[in-house]
Amino acid sequence: MNFVEISHMKKGFDGLHVLKDISLSVKEGEVVSIIGPSGSGKSTLLRCATMLEKMDGGSLSYLGKKAVWEENGKCVYASRAEMKEIHKQFGLVFQNFNLFPHYTVLKNITDAPVSVDKVAAAEAKERAETLLEKLGLADKRDAYPYQLSGGQKQRVSIARALALQPKVLFFDEPTSALDPELTGEVLKVIKELAAEHMTMIIVTHEMQFARELSDRIIFMEQGIIQAEGTPDEIFNCENERVREFIGKFQG
Amino acid sequence: MSIATMVAELAKGMVVSTEVFVLTLLFSLPLGLILSFGRMSAHAPLCFLTKIYISLMRGTPFMLQLIVVYFAPFYIFGIKISAGYRFTAVILAFVLNYAAYFAEIYRAGIESIPVGQYEAAKVLGYNKVQTFFKIILPQVVKRILPPVTNETITLVKDTSLAFVLAVTEMFTVAKQIAAKEASMMPLMAAGAFYYIFNLVVAMVMERLEKKMNYFR
Repeated sequence: MNFVEISHMKKGFDGLHVLKDISLSVKEGEVVSIIGPSGSGKSTLLRCATMLEKMDGGSLSYLGKKAVWEENGKCVYASRAEMKEIHKQFGLVFQNFNLFPHYTVLKNITDAPVSVDKVAAAEAKERAETLLEKLGLADKRDAYPYQLSGGQKQRVSIARALALQPKVLFFDEPTSALDPELTGEVLKVIKELAAEHMTMIIVTHEMQFARELSDRIIFMEQGIIQAEGTPDEIFNCENERVREFIGKFQG
Repeated sequence: MSIATMVAELAKGMVVSTEVFVLTLLFSLPLGLILSFGRMSAHAPLCFLTKIYISLMRGTPFMLQLIVVYFAPFYIFGIKISAGYRFTAVILAFVLNYAAYFAEIYRAGIESIPVGQYEAAKVLGYNKVQTFFKIILPQVVKRILPPVTNETITLVKDTSLAFVLAVTEMFTVAKQIAAKEASMMPLMAAGAFYYIFNLVVAMVMERLEKKMNYFR
């Protein structure tokens, strides 16, 4: 089954077509990286897929459940109750973490399971502690976000997303706000998740990382998917623009 | 008149001043929050109405507002004004006026919270009410404490305006004694009372700020 199914997604802002016609399906356990120049629509794609932005056209479904579809040329969103179920299927990790500054690390991770999913407090705490252990943050459980480094913040935000046990995890440039040293510790965590066959869609500028980790790489430019394939296919691609783009990163 | 009697008289007036102060805060803080929602509402007529309201409350003399609140029931609705309405009118006018100022302080605080906080909450599945009360409001409170302190200190001194509706608060008492004794002393003593009151207010607010320092 396709965990994520995006077809003919379109999105514009004030007449500017940011996403022209994007179709993308992601299977269970697949890791898909999205690369491309700034302004190509990568982040908008993620924001539409996670319903932070409303789509103008096309359809979207998670694990076979329709979230958005088109009727008479307009996008229709699933009912509130259905959407609540669909929302549980995915998580999103932001570029600038967006941790809740007034909550401790532990509370950042346990609060959504408890107040949204009505998980018992003790179980949420157990989940959080397991995650913190796994991500090497056990000693930070009582710290507040301002006391953490960027890399630690990003790992906490990954733990926060995982605590809701999503089926699909989106990453929006998870290391772009970090220096190279801190980038490494976050990429390591994502690699571990890939090894556990977490279904992930990652927007990134880390070419080497995308190459090592992904089952599939998507190159976006000007609101469309210009090239798509296995890392080897993309890195040896004939497409002029893809070669040029990747060439810049490899120096 | 001995100093002790004078201080005792002023203290009696102080009770009324404190009542005005406490009741005004109690009602205008929540009302201000509601007004700020109206001011930020996407519903254009509602937003426009609150804007006009705030503009009138800030743009006209408070003394006039006190008089209007007191006499409006008679002039507009023909209701006979009872003596007991004086104090209620004072509180009503203070609440209506201060809520307008607080609304703008809340708005500044709410609009200063990064949009990412709302987005994170949305993706995690929080509903709108949870997002506001659990995620946004605690951060807003921390940010607006300094301007709220300012308003609160102004309120302490503004309580003296209750005299307009002949509610005998401390400053009214001080003026009466000053006139009778032909002395500045009672007025200076009243000044000292206000100053001490405000010192306490500032201390309490500083404590609150420190208490909110656990996060940044």
